[in-house]
Amino acid sequence: MTTILDTAIMICLAIGLIFNALGVIGILRFPDVYTRLHAETKTTTFGTIFIGLAVVIYGLAALLETGEGQYLTLSVHTIIAVVALAFTNATGAHAIARAAYRCGYKPKPAVVDRMAEANQ
Amino acid sequence: MIPFLLTAIFAFLLYLLLTAGSGNLGVWSPAELVMGAFLALIVAAIARTFLCRNHTYRMANPLRWLVLAVYAVVPFFLEMAKANLDVAYRVITGRIRPGIVRIEPGLKTDLGVLLLANSITLTPGTLTVGVDEETNDLFVHMIHVKPGAEKKPTLDATEITAWFDFPAWIRRIAE
Repeated sequence: MTTILDTAIMICLAIGLIFNALGVIGILRFPDVYTRLHAETKTTTFGTIFIGLAVVIYGLAALLETGEGQYLTLSVHTIIAVVALAFTNATGAHAIARAAYRCGYKPKPAVVDRMAEANQ
Repeated sequence: MIPFLLTAIFAFLLYLLLTAGSGNLGVWSPAELVMGAFLALIVAAIARTFLCRNHTYRMANPLRWLVLAVYAVVPFFLEMAKANLDVAYRVITGRIRPGIVRIEPGLKTDLGVLLLANSITLTPGTLTVGVDEETNDLFVHMIHVKPGAEKKPTLDATEITAWFDFPAWIRRIAE
């Protein structure tokens, strides 16, 4: 039982770390602010969801084993943190992209820009 | 009066979530329940004009919250996982074709537009840059515009996701 749970936790942590690492590589590889936002904010959210999932699995397993309330608190707080992270991350990315666009950083390699046409 | 009650209930439920596992009465301790009710009333007195600003109580229906939870776990999470793999592929290979497209979801409420914009932003490969305030159209920066899609003036929202129709789900939640 514990080995299965440990393996599940390890897999979740590994997926989370791989996606967070890909986000960092994306910052270095992509050409302009918008494509970097894609790599940075989104892949890191996905990675962090999996790290949170690992914590939830650990907390629920410990709750079933010991029956102490603190592990339930741990799991619920982690879920709330992941939800808050997802919402603030999306809003923050939106705000950065909008601010960048209004400051005049147009998407540099771009096949189409409907927003420039709409604003004229 | 209704905004006050709704805000109080919402704040109390949130407090219960935060303090789950604190004691022996169910999973809450009596002190936390009393304190939670007290704080919820104070918060409601201060914040009642913010939560129900335009006096629509549509979101007080628990069924809509249930649909929101299902939406977050099934269609949204699957799209997100698929798009993450796509972006991971583009990070490694560097094959990108970025551009800003205009999509026409046809949503009417502010909450619906917020949910759709956040869903699009959280799905990797698409990022909401702006909103047309009059028609509620969204300007979406895509990391890989499909060849041919850049010629159309507006895209349907289903063309930027892989399997699910986000606006239809959001209409069920927020309208």
